[in-house]
Amino acid sequence: MIPFDFDYYKPDTLLEAIDLFQDLSEQGKMPMYYGGGTEIISMARANSIYTGAVIDIKGIPECCEFGFSGSNLVIGSAITLTKIVESGLFPMLGITIGRIADHTIQGKITLGGNLAGTVIYRESVLPLLISESQVVIAGNYGTRQAPISELFDGRMRREPGELIVKLIIDSTYTNLPFFHRKTTKIDKIDYPLVTVVAMKKDDRILAGFSGLCDHPFRSIEMEDSLNEKGLTREVRIKNAMSHIPAPVQEDIHGSGNYRRFVLNNILMDVLKM
Amino acid sequence: MTAIGKDVPRKEALDKVTGAVKYNDDINEPGLLHVKMATSTCAHGIIKSIDVLSAWNVPGVRAVVTGDYLPVMTGSVIKDRPPIAINKVRYYGEPVAIVVADTEHEAQKAANSIKIEYSPLPMVKSPKEALVKGAPLVHEKLGEYKKAIDDVYPAAGTNVADHSKIRKGDMDKGWSECDVIVEGEYTMPKSDHIAMETRNVRVKIDPDGKVYVSSSTQCPHGIKDTLATVFSLNEGDIIVNAPLVGGAFGGKAPVNLEFIAYIASRAVGGRQVKLANTREEDIATSPTKIGLEAKVKLGATRDGILKALELKYFVDAGAYSDTAPRMAKTMASNGTGPYNVENVFCDALCLYTNNPYSTSFRGFGNMGHTFCMERTLDKLAVALNMSPFDLRLKNAISPGKGHTSATQVKITKSNTGDLAKCIYKINELIKLDDDLRVEVAKDKVIARGMSCIWKTSASNTDAISGAIIVFNKDGSLNLIVGVMEIGSGVKTGLAQILADKMNMEVDQIHVQMPVNTESSPKHWKTVASMSTVMAGRAVLSAADDAIRQIKDLGSIVLRVDPSQLEIGGGKVYMRSDPDNYVEFKDMVHGFKFRGGNSIGGQIIGKGTYIMENLTILDRETGKGRMGPAWTVGVQAVEVEYNTKDHTYKLVKAATVMDIGKIVNPKTAKGVVMGGMSMGLGLGSREGFLYGSNGGILNDSLRTYKVMRFGEQPDYMVEFIETPAEDGPYGARGLGEHGILGMPAALANALTRATGVELDQVPIDAELIWQLKTGGYV
Amino acid sequence: MMQLCGTDTIELEVNGEKRKVTVRAADTLLHTLREKLGLTGAKPGCENGDCGACTVLLDGWPIKSCLMLAAEAVGHSITTIEGLKNAPMQKAFFENWGFQCGFCTSGFIMTCHALATIHPGADDDTMADWLQSNICRCTSYEEIQNAVKQVLGKGDSSGVQGVVSMKEK
Ligand SMILES: Cc1cc2nc3c(=O)[nH]c(=O)nc-3n(C[C@H](O)[C@H](O)[C@H](O)COP(=O)(O)OP(=O)(O)OC[C@H]3O[C@@H](n4cnc5c(N)ncnc54)[C@H](O)[C@@H]3O)c2cc1C
Ligand code: FES
Ligand code: FES
Repeated sequence: MIPFDFDYYKPDTLLEAIDLFQDLSEQGKMPMYYGGGTEIISMARANSIYTGAVIDIKGIPECCEFGFSGSNLVIGSAITLTKIVESGLFPMLGITIGRIADHTIQGKITLGGNLAGTVIYRESVLPLLISESQVVIAGNYGTRQAPISELFDGRMRREPGELIVKLIIDSTYTNLPFFHRKTTKIDKIDYPLVTVVAMKKDDRILAGFSGLCDHPFRSIEMEDSLNEKGLTREVRIKNAMSHIPAPVQEDIHGSGNYRRFVLNNILMDVLKM
Repeated sequence: MTAIGKDVPRKEALDKVTGAVKYNDDINEPGLLHVKMATSTCAHGIIKSIDVLSAWNVPGVRAVVTGDYLPVMTGSVIKDRPPIAINKVRYYGEPVAIVVADTEHEAQKAANSIKIEYSPLPMVKSPKEALVKGAPLVHEKLGEYKKAIDDVYPAAGTNVADHSKIRKGDMDKGWSECDVIVEGEYTMPKSDHIAMETRNVRVKIDPDGKVYVSSSTQCPHGIKDTLATVFSLNEGDIIVNAPLVGGAFGGKAPVNLEFIAYIASRAVGGRQVKLANTREEDIATSPTKIGLEAKVKLGATRDGILKALELKYFVDAGAYSDTAPRMAKTMASNGTGPYNVENVFCDALCLYTNNPYSTSFRGFGNMGHTFCMERTLDKLAVALNMSPFDLRLKNAISPGKGHTSATQVKITKSNTGDLAKCIYKINELIKLDDDLRVEVAKDKVIARGMSCIWKTSASNTDAISGAIIVFNKDGSLNLIVGVMEIGSGVKTGLAQILADKMNMEVDQIHVQMPVNTESSPKHWKTVASMSTVMAGRAVLSAADDAIRQIKDLGSIVLRVDPSQLEIGGGKVYMRSDPDNYVEFKDMVHGFKFRGGNSIGGQIIGKGTYIMENLTILDRETGKGRMGPAWTVGVQAVEVEYNTKDHTYKLVKAATVMDIGKIVNPKTAKGVVMGGMSMGLGLGSREGFLYGSNGGILNDSLRTYKVMRFGEQPDYMVEFIETPAEDGPYGARGLGEHGILGMPAALANALTRATGVELDQVPIDAELIWQLKTGGYV
Repeated sequence: MMQLCGTDTIELEVNGEKRKVTVRAADTLLHTLREKLGLTGAKPGCENGDCGACTVLLDGWPIKSCLMLAAEAVGHSITTIEGLKNAPMQKAFFENWGFQCGFCTSGFIMTCHALATIHPGADDDTMADWLQSNICRCTSYEEIQNAVKQVLGKGDSSGVQGVVSMKEK
């Protein structure tokens, strides 16, 4: 039960959505785009967020695009995780998001919502980071497209009112060999202790991490260390671990040192790719 | 035609698979007001101020109530708890104010807006801290509290709510006979019941003073008694209705939300109010499982005969005592486990802390002592270089050998059954007299561990039950009992017992599912695994009563002495000539002769039962009889451990238990497996984690982990049947027992697998890694 | 553009029937089904997406109705446990003792029923993946596993009247 009231809008076009956001903001409604709503509803119930209006983006055609277009895979931000998993179009992404929350919730969470949410894990960003995807964003200026690496610095950088419309992935990335491991404290259905997604491209390992720090990330320094030929695996891993870009998480899921131990084990397997 | 021993589906099964079944919160009445709580964000502190003004400003709010509105003290052992905090808060999550409003969201909005200021006091967060000299006092006025029972001994000026002692035999002599002595220290955290249905209640007070309560409870009659006492009402004015319960596990045995809902209804002129816990409140505000710290010292002769046992239990009751003192007492009296030990010395201290308070939890403390004793036995086996299997077999408590319990009760076949038989049997399911640790691959180890279990109830010495049988015109029966259907299938079991006794088909027995205190006979509480035993005896006595009436009337109609009559198939007939009969349908509402004149009236069978021969335990020695027959058994777990990353998988879990008589095999097996699943959950993942402010960090199902589908091992459950003379058909309790030995068996298996002593639960890969490496990378 | 401001009346298709219902825009589907439509089969076990007791089908796919707004369900067909009529999964739960207290049962049956309908040949991993969305505190899950396997084994879901349409999500 959500203890406050808000209005619900389901626009039919991108333009409508953007205008609506602006209008509602001006009315002081503090609007929010609404994808799957899983985070909005749970945080609203807990009184951790407030909004006076939600704008459901599931009726916007551009947000619901899904499939190959030329040499690109296009995934609208309102596409659910289940739909991506079941399609089998991008196995690395499918396997990664097939471990977010649980199967039923995956039918509700949208790709855009997971990327834009506040949960510190946002595991869906990992395959998108290492496959160097492009993000299409809409604002009152129209739309713009940018590589995800430019927009994502632990969070999806957006101006207020900007909407994530879709993700564009170069289809050469969708079939490369990849590695995914999500480790949890003990239960399969849980937030990650450490999730690692890695891919091998042109004999180079690309890797993204979630659960390790307070945000998901891809680190070129860590990748460089992992790829440093001529060193033993142990040394490469040691070097990579010295480049973790932020403090390692300490929380109810595990201590920092334990996360390092787990990461170390996973990286051993990554290097066997 | 006997229905005993048959897999009769639950009487309410169709309702459950169609969603038609109504739990308490499924019944919604127009005009109902909603109650929400503002709870403490301070674990120990003086309430400086409560600003309720903003709450009153929320539209739809009908009342805002704080603890001083109707100050009462509650507690089934020590009256130490105000339902809404007064002056002081003692745990994070304690109710401080309540709001009554037209809708749930308005009530919540208003409750969220209440501002409470505290002056924090130092916290007591563990039993150890509670015992430190000069520790902050959770209850400064402990000495002034009223006691609800005689045999509880709170120590004024301390955090000790109760102290139970066992002094059996001669310790000096015992230790002197030991060749080997081992010691262990154990901890088990507080944790939650996590019944899938959160606690919820509706209350209204009519102008004539009648109080209507509808609750998700294990104890409708207890609600009636308790509300009457606490609020000085006439018991007869309180009517409690209790539909089917969506899981309870002990958590719905105490009166809890009912107090607050009653106060809330009073505050709005008696209008009907509903108070339903959110999951977070159910975990953090309502009572939980006790925590435990313990020290054990155990000695044996060279050939493994146990000679002396010293037990020290420090029970974390939390902020209020509720039934925690009884659980501490239970641990003391059963702490030997099902083994004969001549010399036993035990101190069980039940301690107040600033953690959430506790109440009964499946196993009622018996899981705690089992963990301590069974871990210690495995240590002893290592020290003796003896197989854990043989060590247990050697010391198994058994009749005819002069064995006695820690409370000096003589062991008989009837009161304990056959543990040795269980031990031999489990060995056929999971090999335990063999190598218990096998390296099966480079990083893989298979290991097994075992634990014996025993439990009797710790009921009131005068606990009662009752049953009423009325008949339908078609000759079928309606059975009315005060036992709650909480998922154990008890009411179906009772129907089977009645069907057998009446020699009829079980589908001719209808059981009233909801309990209503106005019309259902009192049943003490649906707890302690005693429902089938107690209510079963009441049902048998009600059946006897009905049969006597049927035969009396039959003897008039058939013109023979009642002793010449038999009943069966819905008829009373002449033993010498079964073709000479009267059908129930023609007599249960009176028999009408051909001319129209009638005799007999309607047949109503009544039966009662009271626990017999129980005594309170001697304060100094613990001598006495706490419960009726024990149920004994043995459990085993097989794990697959990964030596590289320290994760493990549950492979197999087995239980063999002596339940006296199997009433419904599939149901019995299911209930035992459910208990095992919960026990494995406690062993592997469950337990509260606290933040620096004393609040529970894992207070939702996102972070408080319970077993999910796919994590379960292969379950194997077998039963032995050694009748308990005082149980119906010899049946013993079994509802809780599946949980008891699982944490211990798991810890024993993992200790063997990992080579580190795992003396605490939950055990996850990080704990093993820490113990093995010291926590460094 | 569909919009729902404050409190308003919407039309939902539930168990094959069109039902008009007045809701707050902030009302969850779970709340609406239970409190406004009298369909109490879906249960609140956590209202946080964790337990699955509130599971219903949206166009044939399981969703947790506590994490969906009633407004979002407009234009979709909803199936609750009350809409299943003698589905094989109900029978299988009955026959395999797939519950004790029964509180998780509606949600579990909806998840399992959808699985058997959408992936009648589901392997053990898929089954686990789907069923891990629901929590049962009473049983050991073995009974539930037996029930689902009994239906999956048959590989047919004939007699199913519950799922109104099997459109893609
Ligand atoms: C049971 C459960 C378990 C979970 N476990 C995990 C886990 O293991 N790993 C993990 O990563 N996450 C996990 N989550 C969190 C989950 O990731 C979030 O709830 C989810 O990602 C939010 O997605 P949504 O589509 O429902 O977003 P919404 O709730 O709709 O939105 C979330 C936020 O994103 C914004 N937003 C949504 N769409 C867009 C868009 N297109 N453009 C711009 N902003 C947008 C919204 O305004 C809002 O601020 C779990 C959630 C649940 C319920
Ligand atoms: S109530 Fe919806 S998942 Fe628990
Ligand atoms: S049957 Fe009780 S929770 Fe599943």
